[in-house]
Amino acid sequence: MSGIRFTPSRRAVLGGAAAAATMAGLPRFAIGSTPRVKVGFMLPYSGTYAKLGNNITDGFMLRMAELGGTLGGAEVEFVRVDDESAPPKAVDNVTELVLKEEVDVVVGTVHSGVVQAMAPIVREEGTLTIVPNAGANRITRELCAPNIFRTSFSNWQPNYPCGDVVLKDGHRNVALITWNYAAGLEMMEAFKESFTAGGGTVAKEFLLDFPRDEFQAYLTEIAAMKPDAVFAFFSGGGALKFIKDYAAAGLHGQIPLYGPGFLTEGVLGGAGDAAEGIKTTLHYSVALDNPLNMKFREDFQANTGRESDVFAVQGYDTATLLAKGLEAVQGDISAKSDLFAAMEAAEIESPRGTFRMSKAHNPIQDIYLREVRNGQDHILGVAAEDVEDPATGCAL
Amino acid sequence: MDADYTYYLIQAMNGIQYGFLLFLVASGLTLIFGIMGIVNLAHGAFYMVGAYLAFWLAGATGNFFLGVAIGVPISVLLGLLLERLGFVHLYHRDHLLQVLFTFGMILVIGELITILWGDDVHGVDVPAVLAGSIPLTDTQAYPVYRLFISAACIATALGLLALIRYTRLGMMIRASASNREMVELMGVDVNRLFMAVFGLGVGLAVFAGMIAAPVNSVYPTMGDDILIMSFVVVVVGGVGSIQGAFWGAMLIGLADTFGAVFVPEAAGVVVYALMALVLVWRPSGLFAPR
Repeated sequence: MSGIRFTPSRRAVLGGAAAAATMAGLPRFAIGSTPRVKVGFMLPYSGTYAKLGNNITDGFMLRMAELGGTLGGAEVEFVRVDDESAPPKAVDNVTELVLKEEVDVVVGTVHSGVVQAMAPIVREEGTLTIVPNAGANRITRELCAPNIFRTSFSNWQPNYPCGDVVLKDGHRNVALITWNYAAGLEMMEAFKESFTAGGGTVAKEFLLDFPRDEFQAYLTEIAAMKPDAVFAFFSGGGALKFIKDYAAAGLHGQIPLYGPGFLTEGVLGGAGDAAEGIKTTLHYSVALDNPLNMKFREDFQANTGRESDVFAVQGYDTATLLAKGLEAVQGDISAKSDLFAAMEAAEIESPRGTFRMSKAHNPIQDIYLREVRNGQDHILGVAAEDVEDPATGCAL
Repeated sequence: MDADYTYYLIQAMNGIQYGFLLFLVASGLTLIFGIMGIVNLAHGAFYMVGAYLAFWLAGATGNFFLGVAIGVPISVLLGLLLERLGFVHLYHRDHLLQVLFTFGMILVIGELITILWGDDVHGVDVPAVLAGSIPLTDTQAYPVYRLFISAACIATALGLLALIRYTRLGMMIRASASNREMVELMGVDVNRLFMAVFGLGVGLAVFAGMIAAPVNSVYPTMGDDILIMSFVVVVVGGVGSIQGAFWGAMLIGLADTFGAVFVPEAAGVVVYALMALVLVWRPSGLFAPR
């Protein structure tokens, strides 16, 4: 101050602060009250995927607590919508969050069908959206957008490396079995892409109606066909039943079983010996031997009383990504282009290992080769390093 | 694939075995539906309760069979309590109200299960005595436990048949299935009859859920899928007929299995197409009591 004393009105101070902020090119909240961000969780909290929705949410909250209860300096207000993993309700649910609740950020969702119904709306509205699980390839391919990020995987990613793994193990004739729905088909196609390119042949593809879990007829046919190996994708209750039925039909130990890691996630306790020796590929394993993963598993267990899993990690990383973006703009969610640029450039230190975003906003990450041993996930090595989704059709 | 007859024989066994499982669930549904006139959407939820009880009691007691022996009576008692508190008000009401009430039951039971056991997927170990497999071909084996399920189902079917053919309760059940008003007018205490039938129905669903738990996985919403199949079985077999439920279950089990073998692209449709055909031929099912 130049020595002239004056008593400014409240409005003048605010105006001056705003002017100063504008002149300095600083975000609106750099001076004055704490910035606020409204985050809408659109996740399944009931039904088959309730556990996934809850683990993603708890992983997110754990990360935020580590950051002192704020994200990039912004205070966070939460709204939750249970999307029930129901695609017909997806449009209503996302509209409620974006237009009625006017959230700044949407975090969602688990189900690939639901996320594909969400994408057109958040693209139109420009609401920052972070997908913490759903792997539908299109989200970071044809439907990619500056405001859509994904912290999990594309369905292509964990499956493409598995083709080479199976070939290297000496299996050239493989039967495929999965549910006949978007995620199942995309995973199967990705496996076939590398497997057939490497000279493998597909003995037969079994596509079951979702969520059919009466497998006997198919297992009998596989037993009669005697392929070198079987590649399977099921998840949750279906995965557990498939693994148990596979063993009960006498195929365990006779015809090796492969799949994306989702086949064995969360079912090892229930499967017992039936799961021994199943080899899977995934962007994470609880067995990863790095300090952050150890700490994450301990803290998650301490906070929730439950075991952590890949979904909890994805929720955790979602909070990290958002915090990194908000940090760069001092918590000002309205500075969108800077926010998105910071998120694009962010290095995410994750329990799965540090990763970066691709141009299409999907993680570039290592895919691990895992095997079930003594009822535990065991890492055999990295199946493929820095796997990046081809992002076909994305103009970013 | 060798197109030899053993392959088809094994597939036929698969179908029959699946049919047995369906029968266990559908028999309780057809009793409650046929005798009491209640559209019990919560039947699948009772089945799920059975599976969770098997998971819990087999773990707690360390013996699967002991678990079943404890679990079934307990759940029948709970079922009777439920009947006195809720279902008893529905007997002379519209089907829509019954559907609303029993659908509500699905939600309540589902939520209770989540509160008690969480949303994890659980497995129940096959009891050690029955854990083996019988080798059939050089790659295929048949699990002993599945044979045990079939035996348990046959025993249940025979027991039900004897109950309905040769006991006084069975006579009242048969009479009630064909003409409820007349039975009431004849002075039978319908209230008590219904209680017995409801208890029996719940017991069958819970027993099915427990017995099937070791070959299933145990998770929330597991009852929904089996409920739909059970309704198909009941409708094909004829509402209220135990015999109908049995043959309906066999037919559906075989159709489902061979549908998966011969027309894998349309496996999901085969069962429903069959149901439509049966209904065109016999609109009230194969063994309708009337």
